[in-house]
Amino acid sequence: MSDRPKPEFTCPTPLPSKGTILLGHGSGGKLTADLIREIFLPAFQNPILARLDDQAIMSVDGVRLAFTTDSFVVQPLFFPGGDIGSLAVHGTINDLAMGGAQPLCLSAAFIIEEGLPMETLSQVVNSLHHAAESAGVQVVTGDTKVVEKGSGDGLFINTSGLGVVPEGLCLSADQARPGDGVILSGSIGEHGIAVMAVREGLEFESSVASDSAALHGLVAAMVAATPTGIRCMRDPTRGGVSSALNEIAAQSRVGMLLDEKTILVREEVKGACELLGLDPLYVANEGKLVAIVAPEVIEDVLAAMRSHPLGERADLIGTVTEAHPGVVAMRTLIGTTRIVDMLAGDQLPRIC
Amino acid sequence: MKYLDEYRDERIARALVAELHRRVTRPWVLMEICGGQTHTLMRYGIDELVPRQITLVHGPGCPVCVTPLEIIDKAIRIASKPEVIFVSYGDMLRVPGSESDLFRVKAAGGDVRVVYTPVEALKLARANPQRQVVFFGIGFETTAPANAMAVWQACREGLRNFSMLVSHVLVPPAIRLLLGSPHNRVQGFIAPGHVCTVMGYREYEALAREFHVPFVVGGFEPIDLLEAISMLVAQLEEGRVEVENQYARSVNREGNRPAQAIMQEVFEVCDRKWRGVGLIAQSGLRLRPEFAAYDAEKIFDVAEFSAEEPAECISAQVLQGLKKPVDCPAFGRRCKPESPLGAPMVSSEGACAAYYQYRRVATVS
Repeated sequence: MSDRPKPEFTCPTPLPSKGTILLGHGSGGKLTADLIREIFLPAFQNPILARLDDQAIMSVDGVRLAFTTDSFVVQPLFFPGGDIGSLAVHGTINDLAMGGAQPLCLSAAFIIEEGLPMETLSQVVNSLHHAAESAGVQVVTGDTKVVEKGSGDGLFINTSGLGVVPEGLCLSADQARPGDGVILSGSIGEHGIAVMAVREGLEFESSVASDSAALHGLVAAMVAATPTGIRCMRDPTRGGVSSALNEIAAQSRVGMLLDEKTILVREEVKGACELLGLDPLYVANEGKLVAIVAPEVIEDVLAAMRSHPLGERADLIGTVTEAHPGVVAMRTLIGTTRIVDMLAGDQLPRIC
Repeated sequence: MKYLDEYRDERIARALVAELHRRVTRPWVLMEICGGQTHTLMRYGIDELVPRQITLVHGPGCPVCVTPLEIIDKAIRIASKPEVIFVSYGDMLRVPGSESDLFRVKAAGGDVRVVYTPVEALKLARANPQRQVVFFGIGFETTAPANAMAVWQACREGLRNFSMLVSHVLVPPAIRLLLGSPHNRVQGFIAPGHVCTVMGYREYEALAREFHVPFVVGGFEPIDLLEAISMLVAQLEEGRVEVENQYARSVNREGNRPAQAIMQEVFEVCDRKWRGVGLIAQSGLRLRPEFAAYDAEKIFDVAEFSAEEPAECISAQVLQGLKKPVDCPAFGRRCKPESPLGAPMVSSEGACAAYYQYRRVATVS
C-alpha cells in the first residue's frame, strides 16, 4: 500500500441534508431531534419548552399543572391489543404521568378523511371513551375536521391533556445523577411488533398484542413509595427504550450502563425482531416506562412497581455513570460492552 | 429462544475466547465476508475479545453497500413515475443515489413501499391491476431464490403489471478478485452462512485450492463467530487449508438444490458493477431473455442509463478489507448514519454504520 499514492478522499454521494420533510423526521430519533432543535425551539423559545420533557409543568395559583398534547397517526387503525382511539387516551395520559402528574381531563380532535366508514369512526370513538373512562378521566372538549379524500390517511386524532402534579414532586430529564438506577417497568417491543405484524406489506403471523395502557396508576404507586427519590421518567414510545434513555443521558449530561440480561423481551417479540432484523431496544412501547431513581430508593420503587399490575415485571436494567456523558452503553449477553445509540430515523427491516 | 440463547451465552463465549488465546501463536488477518457477520462482531464487541494477534477485516458482503450507484439512480427514476408502485426491502430506501434516495422520492409523492418478501409485491400487483408494480431485486445468493420465485410465479399467473429491477451479486467472484489482488492481506475467510445455506460450499473449496487459503462457513450469532474464528485459526496454525462448516445447523455442502434450480431457471450470470469496487466479471445475476417481459430495466427504458462514481473513494478499500472505517477522515464527522456520504454508512450491515453505531466511544471520542 505504501508505494501507492494515497487516494484523496472524495465523497461519493453527497446529498443535501435539508430541503424536504422525510418520514424519518417523525421517527423520534435523531432527525426528529434535529427538527425540534432547528425549527421549533428557536421559534417558540421559552423556559418551560426548553426543558424538552414530555409535558409542560407550570404553577397557576399555587397548583402545579401539567399540560401535554400528542397526535396519533397509527396505521392500521385497529391492531391486536388496541386501536387509535385507546392509544390516543393512553399516549396523552402517559405523557402527563411521566411528569408525575395525575390526569384531570382530555381534549380530542379528529381529522377525518372523506369516505371513512361511519362504523369505523364510531368504533374508534367508543374505544376512546372506554379507555378514558377506565383511566378515570373525561374528554371535556373536542374538534372535528373532514379533509378531502387523499389528504389524510383515514383518521388522525390529536389529544391534549391536563393534569396536576403533587406538591414537592419535580421530575425532569436533566436530573439523572451518576449512581442512580435505571428501572424498566416490563417487557419491551410489544406495541411496535403488534402494529408491524398487521401493517400492509409486512404481515406475519404473530400472537403479540400491543401493551397500550395508561400508566398514571403505576406512577402514583411509585411516587407514594418515594416522594423524592424519582429523578425522571419517560415512556419509551417511538424510538423505543434506546431513544428514551439517550434523551435523558444527553439532557442530564451523564452516561448509562445497561445490562442486556435484565432487559425483558418476550419470546414472540424476540422471534419477530430476529425475523425482521430489528433490535427490540428501538421498537415502540405504549404501556411501559423507564425511571431514573436515586440509589437508596431503588428497592422501594421496584417493590411498589411490582405490586402494581402494570409493573409486575419491573427490573433494574442499569446504572447512571459519570463516564461517557451523553452515551448509553450496554453490557451484552456475552459480557462485552457496546453503545446503544439513538437511531437516525426509523428502524428498517433488513434484507437478509 | 432455541438456537439463539445458547449462541449468546457468556460462559461458552469465555471458553471459546480462552481456547483461542491458547491456540494463537502468530499474527493472522481474517475476513468475515458477510455484512450480517460484521454487524454481530461489532454489536457484541468480538473484535476486542479475540487475541491481539488476530486482525479482523470486513468483507464486501453487505448487499445494500455494493448495489451500484446507477442501479439506485434507475430505481429512483422508475419509482418517480406516477403509474408505478415501487416495492423494496426497507434498508434500500435510505441509500443515496447521485442526487436523491427512495425516501425522498416517497416524500415527493412517489409510491414507494417496504416489504420483507417479494411475495408481498406479487400481492400488490394482483390487487392493483391498473398500476405497474416494480420490485427492487437486490442482494446476494441469499435473496435470489425468493426473487426468482416471484418472477416465475408472475410468469405462471400471466401477471402483466409486475416487474423486477434486478441487481443481484454473487460472493465467490468478489472473493476471487480480492485474493488475486497484489494488495491482499487476508489469510483466512469466514464464509457467509446464509449464502452457503442456498449455494452450499463447493465454490469455496475451489477458491481454497486455487489460492491456498482456508475457509470456515460461519453463522451470525456471537458464539458462531467465535467458533468460526477459532476453527480458522486452528487451520492456519496447523498449516491446513480446508473448507470447514461451523454453521452446520443450516448449511450442507450441496446447499438447497430446489432454490438453486429456480435461480438457474430465471436468472443468468452476468458481469456486474459493485459500488466502491467496480466491474467484476461474472459476478452478477440478471433475468434470462425468456423473462424479459418482467425486466423493469427494459420496460421503463433505463437500461442504458449509467452513473459514474468517483474512481477513488475509501469505501472501495473498506469493502475490500484494505482499510477500516475509522481510517476514513470523514468517519463520524461529516459521514454519519443520518447524513451518509457512502453506502457502508447506510445499512446496519455496512461496516461503517456498524462501527459508528456500536463502537463510537472507543473510536471517535
